[in-house]
Amino acid sequence: MDSSIVLIVLLVGALVTYLSGNKFASKIALVSSIAAFGATVLALNAYQAGENLDVTIPWISQFNINFALHVDGLSLVMLLLTTGLLPLIILSGFITKFENSKSIYALMLFMGFSMAGTFLASDGFLYYIFWEIALIPIYFIALNWGNGDVEDRKKAILKFFIYTFAGSLFMLLAFIYLYSKGGSFDINKLYALPLTHIEKTYIFFAFFLAYAIKIPVIPFHTWQANTYSKAPAVGTMLLSGIMLKMGLYSVLRWQLPLSDSAAKEYMPIIVALSIAGIIYGAIVTLKQKDIKKFLAYSSLSHVGLIAAGLYSLTIEGFQGAVLQMLSHGIVIVGLFYVVELIYNRYNTYQIKEMGGIRIQDTYFASLFMIIMLASVALPTTFNFIGEFNLLYSLFKVNIWYAVIAGTTIILGAFYMLRMFQKVMLGSETKTFHKISKQESIVLVLVVGLTIFFGLFPQPIIDLITPSLQSILTQIK
Amino acid sequence: MTTLIAIIGIGIFCLVAEIMNLKKIIIPVSIVLLLTLFGLNINQEFLPEIKGYTSMIEVNKFSIAFSSLFILLTAFLILMSAPSYKNSSKLSDFISIKVFMLSGAVAMVSFSNLAMFFLGIEVLSIGLYVLAGSDRLNIKSNEAGMKYFLMGSFASGILLFGITMLYGATGTFDVGTLYEASISASTEFWFYIGVILITIGMLFKVAATPMHFWAPDVYEGSPTQVTAIMSTLAKVAAMASFFKLITILNSQMLFSYTQVIIVVVIATMLFGNIMALRQKKVKRVIAYSGISHTGFMLLTLLNINAAENNLLFYAASYAIAGLAAFSVILFVIKNEDNDQIENFNGLGKKHPLMAFIMTISLLSMAGIPILAGFFAKFFLLNQIISSGFIGLAIVAIINSMIAVFYYFKIVVAMYTKEPTYGKEYATHSEYYIVGIVATVLLVLIGLFPDTLLNLI
Repeated sequence: MDSSIVLIVLLVGALVTYLSGNKFASKIALVSSIAAFGATVLALNAYQAGENLDVTIPWISQFNINFALHVDGLSLVMLLLTTGLLPLIILSGFITKFENSKSIYALMLFMGFSMAGTFLASDGFLYYIFWEIALIPIYFIALNWGNGDVEDRKKAILKFFIYTFAGSLFMLLAFIYLYSKGGSFDINKLYALPLTHIEKTYIFFAFFLAYAIKIPVIPFHTWQANTYSKAPAVGTMLLSGIMLKMGLYSVLRWQLPLSDSAAKEYMPIIVALSIAGIIYGAIVTLKQKDIKKFLAYSSLSHVGLIAAGLYSLTIEGFQGAVLQMLSHGIVIVGLFYVVELIYNRYNTYQIKEMGGIRIQDTYFASLFMIIMLASVALPTTFNFIGEFNLLYSLFKVNIWYAVIAGTTIILGAFYMLRMFQKVMLGSETKTFHKISKQESIVLVLVVGLTIFFGLFPQPIIDLITPSLQSILTQIK
Repeated sequence: MTTLIAIIGIGIFCLVAEIMNLKKIIIPVSIVLLLTLFGLNINQEFLPEIKGYTSMIEVNKFSIAFSSLFILLTAFLILMSAPSYKNSSKLSDFISIKVFMLSGAVAMVSFSNLAMFFLGIEVLSIGLYVLAGSDRLNIKSNEAGMKYFLMGSFASGILLFGITMLYGATGTFDVGTLYEASISASTEFWFYIGVILITIGMLFKVAATPMHFWAPDVYEGSPTQVTAIMSTLAKVAAMASFFKLITILNSQMLFSYTQVIIVVVIATMLFGNIMALRQKKVKRVIAYSGISHTGFMLLTLLNINAAENNLLFYAASYAIAGLAAFSVILFVIKNEDNDQIENFNGLGKKHPLMAFIMTISLLSMAGIPILAGFFAKFFLLNQIISSGFIGLAIVAIINSMIAVFYYFKIVVAMYTKEPTYGKEYATHSEYYIVGIVATVLLVLIGLFPDTLLNLI
């Protein structure tokens, strides 16, 4: 068994979904994504049994480029996140009727394919290709199936595309520069390159541009809220649940080890930028009237904390970041699904037009309540573990960082609770059809996962720690 | 030499077939013959050798690779132009002109004597002048033909003047002797004047800034299937032959010459891209984007001794993407003068396949991964970074970003707008065939770039 099987399942799944026609597309897509998840679990088993899952196939011999995949704890966890969230996202697409549904489900699986490839690739060139093709499906998903006025949507999504494309081109430049030094794109050979501090600084910032746009770190975040609110729910879930983790993962895997001394030198600045993102995100969230934008900005705030932990260059920061990536991914899918459920009934994203839902559907309200509390990192939820580690890492760097980031989290709890109050509580104004069993599956799964891993995070920590430790030694 | 003779044989066949009343088989037979020749040309051992022309033609990996590309392109271009000539009384003339143009293109990459080179470029250009004006009742086509002819012959004059300068300095047209003269220290100074004049002439032929002004008008005015030839075959042939000339005449790349090329490259990329942003007609967008692609291809001159395969790769992926794009353009506008971008509105709903082909071709031109165009750009960037032009690489990257704007304008028009174009689309299967084959080629080249790289 090797790791390419997950990629093959997703790619073939995308093809079959497209060919199966509009009627069965959603079901076939769900089955393929579950199959991909199954393959990932098998890979996890094999990895823990000590089996070697790496793949190396020569691809472009003149340039010494290989189709090389490498599996370690970190990439496996990210792979689990991708293939685990994909069925949830596809399932949450069931509540919406898509025109030309075979295309959108095929694009979703194709996007899963390219994101999974990004997490697995151990050849810089291959990694870049996966990273870049992930843009194409999400561009079309958002363009064709998004909501709101077509002209506005086109502008927002083109902006997103140009931003991310621009950033990644600079990353390509950095990769080519590294290649011209060492004559190979292999990650271990790139790690071993002797570079001067100046070169490392340039490379650090070339990568930073790509990742800061994707994550997003302020001041590169301006594409985010608009794109999230214009994309269809499934697109937003893909973007916020998985795609932005590509940026965070890449910081760990590529940027920090390749530009270690520059990372150390600029650490305070970048951490400060990330913390500024937390504060900025939180304050802007307070003012939002559109619930999708509200979630986008609150997500900006949460992701800022993850980025701060990563750039703090401590093992706690790394662990917390990875854990928080997972939990944020799970919770944000749940939140956007809730929004979509409400939208289906009330036909609005405006917070002030909602309310009175708890009286009519207590079950739905309690599920939402748990997810919302998880997102503000209540103890016993998965998010708490990550957030605790992240804050601890900031504390180790500089106590004031931790203080500022910590107070913002209180702010986070405040706006989340206020949102819950406005959306769910209050007297009955419009009728809210109770959610069906089928609709509640995603929510139950999300709640189950957050609580389960909140109580037993140790298996995941054990899985990721060795690879994080080796990345840290590479940097030190 | 064998290839050249075979091509001319096919051209004469087209002419003779009309006399023998075999008009119907001209297109299929010439395409089959060209494809056969393509196969034979790649596997040279099956091709009978004709000796005695070594002073005129040299067959090496460079010429084989490029002439194979030209033959393939011509075959598809002829197939694509078939529907436009359905009711034309001059079918055999036009097809034979295209085949003869191919012979010119092949001569341009396999010459070993400047006389042969000049013959090649004139055969190609004169064929294009005629074709540009071939829609003789259309005033725009007349304008295009005239404009192209005047400007083109002016450039040919400069080119010829450059060649005579070289002759004056060395007393020969022979490529080998010229090469030796170019690296010897005791060469007369007008040798360099000759090189400069030839450079100017060639910059015109490849449509590089500041000699590009003819391109958009001529592209717009010519019949669309002729525009397809200009932007694929003619551009690629001129670029390859420019490259070959520089390897002969200026392989040392003097510092001042490098400076000039850098300025021209930056100007060409920027000008082409910025002008393309403002265009409302698809053919003009393609024309200006072609200018910026010329800028990219000119980058190969900066590292002339190791860039042959990069040029081949870029040329092939650019030309094939052009084929795909033009098959869709022809499909939509059917050779009429109405190529506004609005006419592509809603193509994604009405004809998903054609919209998909157009999207793939534009994405490839924009350099999005896994398609051929990305690898072409990557190899070029790799080459210029390893020869130390990092600033230039950044300029090239900024240009790739600008290009996304106008390529995506067409994509967005196809997918988000409601269909507004009143007329029917074409129904000819030729457009589907060319479009599908070109799309498959773009993906295949992207998946297996090695095969194309190893040709040289």
